[in-house]
Amino acid sequence: MERFYTLVFIAGVGCFAIAFLLSMIFPWMSLYSYHGMDYQTLAQLAEKPSLEFVQLSEKFPESFKEHYGTVSPESYAKALQRGRDVYVGQACWHCHSQYVRVVSNEHVRWGAPSSAQEYQNALNQPHLWGTRRVGPDLAREGGKKTNDWHIAHFINPKSVVPHSVMPPYPFYFDEKGVPNADGFALVTYLQWLGTVQAGIPVAERVTP
Amino acid sequence: MSASTTLAAHGDPLVNYRLIKAHIFAGAVALSISMIAGFLYSLQFVGYFPLGHDNWMLTPGHMRLLHTNMAAYGWLVNGFTAMLYYVVPRLTGYKVLSDKLGGLIFAAWQLILALSIVGYLTDKAQAIEWGETPTGFRPGTFEMNFVPVDLLVVVGAVLVIVQFMVPIYKARDQKFYVTLWYFTAGLVWLALTYLMGNIMPEWMLPGAAGAATTGLFIHDLVGLYVTPMGWGMMYFFVPLILRRPIWSHSLSVIGFWALAFFYPLGGVHHFLISPIPDYVEFGAITTTIAIEVVVTTVVVNFFMTLRGRWSALRTSMAIRWFYVGAVFYFITCLQCAFQVTWLFQRVIHFTDWVVGHAHLIMFGVFTFWLFGVIEWLWPRVCKREWYSQTLRGWHFWLWSVGVMIMFFDLMIAGLVHGFMQRDLNDWSDILRMSEPFWWVRAFSGVMILVGLFCALYNMFMTAKAGAAYQEEKHYIPANAD
Repeated sequence: MERFYTLVFIAGVGCFAIAFLLSMIFPWMSLYSYHGMDYQTLAQLAEKPSLEFVQLSEKFPESFKEHYGTVSPESYAKALQRGRDVYVGQACWHCHSQYVRVVSNEHVRWGAPSSAQEYQNALNQPHLWGTRRVGPDLAREGGKKTNDWHIAHFINPKSVVPHSVMPPYPFYFDEKGVPNADGFALVTYLQWLGTVQAGIPVAERVTP
Repeated sequence: MSASTTLAAHGDPLVNYRLIKAHIFAGAVALSISMIAGFLYSLQFVGYFPLGHDNWMLTPGHMRLLHTNMAAYGWLVNGFTAMLYYVVPRLTGYKVLSDKLGGLIFAAWQLILALSIVGYLTDKAQAIEWGETPTGFRPGTFEMNFVPVDLLVVVGAVLVIVQFMVPIYKARDQKFYVTLWYFTAGLVWLALTYLMGNIMPEWMLPGAAGAATTGLFIHDLVGLYVTPMGWGMMYFFVPLILRRPIWSHSLSVIGFWALAFFYPLGGVHHFLISPIPDYVEFGAITTTIAIEVVVTTVVVNFFMTLRGRWSALRTSMAIRWFYVGAVFYFITCLQCAFQVTWLFQRVIHFTDWVVGHAHLIMFGVFTFWLFGVIEWLWPRVCKREWYSQTLRGWHFWLWSVGVMIMFFDLMIAGLVHGFMQRDLNDWSDILRMSEPFWWVRAFSGVMILVGLFCALYNMFMTAKAGAAYQEEKHYIPANAD
């Protein structure tokens, strides 16, 4: 019990391995037995550019053309990935969660509860569930608000939500509110959140 | 007991005090950065973020990254490494592998911290809680976009393990003292935990399976590195200063093995009521409650060791930090046994309750214990007595009261937020109700900051102008109480 090899191999490696098996390998195996758990690459996610992405290209044609060219699956994929990078880099996920639970009236406030299938894709690797909600959950954010709302909100959150404590992010837009590359990317990414849900078979969804 | 005989047989030539001093200094710098960043972040919540919002690098989000990561990888790792340089040679009777390697580890670790800071400020953080050290690659790919700091951390951790495992291995024929059980296993766990948490969710496991892994990582980092180091040093310093053995050997054995077995199983409890399968969540909940039993045995063991010598809390600053920390530890773990249930999770998850919990364990427990160790080590390292007794007192009281205020304030704020969220109140109303609590939190942050500056000034002046060092002053006299 008090010997070197016991401590290294039984306590050190052994106990770690048991936990690794039970709380990582087991859930991983269970999850992959679900229906519809095929991994979606970024290209697959971006096959059909969103309506909001098209609207951005129409509203800010010059800046859009400069940073993303034309609306295409490729430019949409580029914007999504960049948006996620900014979202992670600016630590947005520390104040905004991305999963809806089946308790506490969350389905009323945010929308359908999260299922494992909708996180099985390139933009959830690693996942961005978060553990704190200073601001609202964003798992169902896509399409809830207009691009204009998001742009106004990023430039000055208090202009649309008077008691917001979110910091302004004016450096993603010029003085007229025209987004730069990061601004387009962030709005595109937010408008994408939750849209994967539509592709999941109804029978597999959790009902509250 | 083999520990005390080894201690008597070998004196200080085994210990490299320069490395201890360097690591304590680096840890203190990191703790200052962490506290200042945390305070700036708290000001954002009350609407007075002083750095403005026009700079994409000095944003509140980045302040949070600095706050948590400097506390974990800057302060705790440096502090524990300093402590290991003192404890491991004394318990094993062998020097650490190499002083030159020690210098290299020190330099490498500070380089890692500096690079991480640059990474956090330039949007390169990794999306893994408590593991935000930049990977240097675009998520899930091998396209480089920054220095691969994670890789350096792995190299640094391996060097640390080699440095301390060599003397432990040389002493393998001895029966180990409790402290060495924790350190031996803890060093093995450190390597496994870091590799698992930083590689698997990033490159191998998207979504929910990755979430189970990051939950395990957050949990193991605290439970399998920080906790073993913390309890290991408590088992070493408390009997040393009190000059009496630990009360019960059996309880020590139960405490260690139950920690080793139960602690890592609770990882998934960071994402409860989530798409992770329910049976895994129930397993995590059950073992987390079991940990509370373990913690009770260890805390009882320590308080029974102190019995009849309560005046030590008055006369020894180190003992005071240790035991107040132990009380906080018990509170945190008791809270944990409740908050891990689905009943509590419905309300308190996603709220400030969890933030208060994290602050108590990080700054109330392990930081208190490290302050206790520094109370003991710093005069020894500088060969001088503490410069000011008053400042030592202020440091202790400002931290104790500040951390308590912060803990209870955030706990209540969490309940308010949680119930308002459940009752479908408007999100703006939740923010308005939280604001007074955030003011109190910022105020308790000021107390903690001032306390820290008292300590830093006192450490500086001790090194410069303290009275001559007297060994005996630091032990509890045999006839106390």
